Amino acid sequence: MTSAPLKGSVLTEAGPLADGTGTAQSVRPSRPRRRGRSAPYWFLVPTLTLFAAFTVVPIGYAIWLSLHKVRVKGIGLGKGAREQVWNGLGNYTDVLKDSEFGHSILRAFGYGLIVIPTMLGLALLFALMLDTPKARSAPFARLMIFLPYAVPGIIAALMWGFLYLPDVSPFYYLLDKFGLPQPDLFDGGNLYLSFANIAVWGGTGFNMIVIYTALRAIPPDIYEAARIDGATDLGIALKIKIPIVMPSLVLTFFFSVIATLQVFTEPMALKPLTNGLPSSWSPLMAIYDKAFLQSDIYGASATAVVLALATFVLSFTLLRISDRYTREDRA
Amino acid sequence: MSINRRQISRRTILAGAAALGLTGTLAACGGSDDKDSGESSGPVKLTYWSWAPNMEKVAAIWNKKNPDITVTVSKQASGGEIVSKLITAKKAGNAPDLIQVEYQSLPTLVSNDVLADITKYAGDTKSQFAEGLWGMVTLGTDALYAIPQDAGPLMFYYREDLFKKHGLTVPKTWTEFAETARAAKKAVPDAYLTTFSANDPGLFAGLSQQAGGKWWTVDPSGKWTVGIDDAATKQVAEFWGGLVQEGVIDNQPMYTPAWNNALNKGTHLAWVSAVWAPGVLVSSAPDTKGKWRMAPLPQWKSGENVTGSWGGSSTGVSTDSKHAEAAAKFATWLNTDPEALAALVKEVAIYPAATKGQSGDVLTTPEFFSNQADFYTTAGEIAATTAAAAWGPNVNTAYTTFQDAFGKASKAKKETQFDSALATMQSKTFGDMKKQGFEVTEA
Repeated sequence: MTSAPLKGSVLTEAGPLADGTGTAQSVRPSRPRRRGRSAPYWFLVPTLTLFAAFTVVPIGYAIWLSLHKVRVKGIGLGKGAREQVWNGLGNYTDVLKDSEFGHSILRAFGYGLIVIPTMLGLALLFALMLDTPKARSAPFARLMIFLPYAVPGIIAALMWGFLYLPDVSPFYYLLDKFGLPQPDLFDGGNLYLSFANIAVWGGTGFNMIVIYTALRAIPPDIYEAARIDGATDLGIALKIKIPIVMPSLVLTFFFSVIATLQVFTEPMALKPLTNGLPSSWSPLMAIYDKAFLQSDIYGASATAVVLALATFVLSFTLLRISDRYTREDRA
Repeated sequence: MSINRRQISRRTILAGAAALGLTGTLAACGGSDDKDSGESSGPVKLTYWSWAPNMEKVAAIWNKKNPDITVTVSKQASGGEIVSKLITAKKAGNAPDLIQVEYQSLPTLVSNDVLADITKYAGDTKSQFAEGLWGMVTLGTDALYAIPQDAGPLMFYYREDLFKKHGLTVPKTWTEFAETARAAKKAVPDAYLTTFSANDPGLFAGLSQQAGGKWWTVDPSGKWTVGIDDAATKQVAEFWGGLVQEGVIDNQPMYTPAWNNALNKGTHLAWVSAVWAPGVLVSSAPDTKGKWRMAPLPQWKSGENVTGSWGGSSTGVSTDSKHAEAAAKFATWLNTDPEALAALVKEVAIYPAATKGQSGDVLTTPEFFSNQADFYTTAGEIAATTAAAAWGPNVNTAYTTFQDAFGKASKAKKETQFDSALATMQSKTFGDMKKQGFEVTEA
């Protein structure tokens, strides 16, 4: 952690989403005054209460559910036909053995492999372009790139769904007019591209703003020094801007990985339009299906816990890797 | 630890918590005790969960006439979602008094102890309904779990103008149906007679019922039998699979913008649907008004006269209701009283399950079918030939498996895959029941 203070200060200045607490903490005198030692705990009470009521207890209950199941007796009709019994880790072994769930995770990864590099690459490119001194009508362009993010996911999915359907899409009409081949966008591999397109369209603007804000926070004298040394705009972008906004890139990368594992709206909205989308296409769809269509809240809870743990482990591992990487980079 | 590190990892944890938040939504229920349902005096307030549009207008008629029993309609989603919601509400001990239930969901809800036995309040309404419908609301037992509300007998809808233009005959048997499909494809290469929709398990279930399929049966000794891949259903799956493979029946799902377009443009010349089809065609294919005609469903054996059903629902009383008698009284009125039936037809646009609702002058020819003045007379005759349906306690599992397995098969356009899709449906449905602990065997 040798380089920690330096890195920290960079992110605090650059991190657009730094919510103030981090900054304030480092400035505020850190020792509480002698009088009223218990005061901090009183201040914590509302937060802790809400945290317990809306996070800890529900998670605990979900875990408790995930360890149970319902057993039906006989033909299972009428009163007392079902009882909730202890199932140990039975639901968990079912989840791990469930090839459908495994496939849904693989599909989510495949989708992420397309979405994340494309989306972050475009976001970085747009942010760098908007940050160049030559950029014209930058505020307008920024707004236009950001605008799709303001469109609710379900509406974006339906809108694109209509554009993908050959019989109602104006694009297919044009392809037909010019006698060009008309790909089936709901088929096999194309399906990934179709979803990725919706995600990139909707997500680039948000990530661009995050990176752009980080860029605006870089003190201009660094550029002046670089120009005196003979650096070009491209050189400044590659050698100065990108390394400095690295923490923002890491941040947006994490958000994107988590969003990928949680992809739900687009496939759910497009499912009725095609035969090609199984009900457990993405991990969250598999959980939704179990909980709300099969009425198996026990299995659904176990699946949700597994997904949450996987997300947590994945994020933590990536964080460690990126941490080591940036540290070596600076050494 | 650096601020950087702390910030990122805190966000990660928050995001992880957000992921877990999903499990939080699953955790919205608790244990409950059953309250004794029964009579009570004084003004009573009842809640009615229904997804039918304008149901509140029918309830308003009741409320005006019965100031001591007020019914409030609460709009819900239909299908599998209302079933899950009801099971959860029951666990929390606050299920509504009255519930609109699709016939195929009845065993699931009875199995979860959501529906009360209302025999003593409404058992005498039996004579008002066709035998097949009554069998669905009693599950073949002595109990009565709901009162039938609407029926959805299957019929064959076709474009009269286009059939005439291309010299197509209206099929009386499924063999003729296949011939017509081939002839239609020949006459108009970019059109189809109709489509096989992997998104609509309800239609497939109805077609299997017509063929004599019995998906779930329960014998008196207390054992379920799952027979989804019985000979009758196999015949249906292979028939449609064959036509899809041949390329004379489309493989795209129904109820999509593309499907609406096909109906409206006339690239689908027919539709196997239920009695409620006019209501769908009005919005899906507005340009084709007066061009359709309805005929009985093609038969497997010529000279036979049997149909299946697609959809239809009933009104049940929940075990959580403290006013079961009042609720049953409303359910009876709603589904058997002439004034209520007339209002259901007019406001909610349903086809009543009660026999007297199907014959009287309550039903007026749908405007969309103005060319077929005897629409409801014919419909009534067809409805009387509806085969009994056999539903089980895990229809949702069977339906989801249908969508996934048949979705794959119709995409591949291979008849053999239709066969294996049916086998998948059977094994998953059977396996699910076995895992839950039901006494169950395979047919």
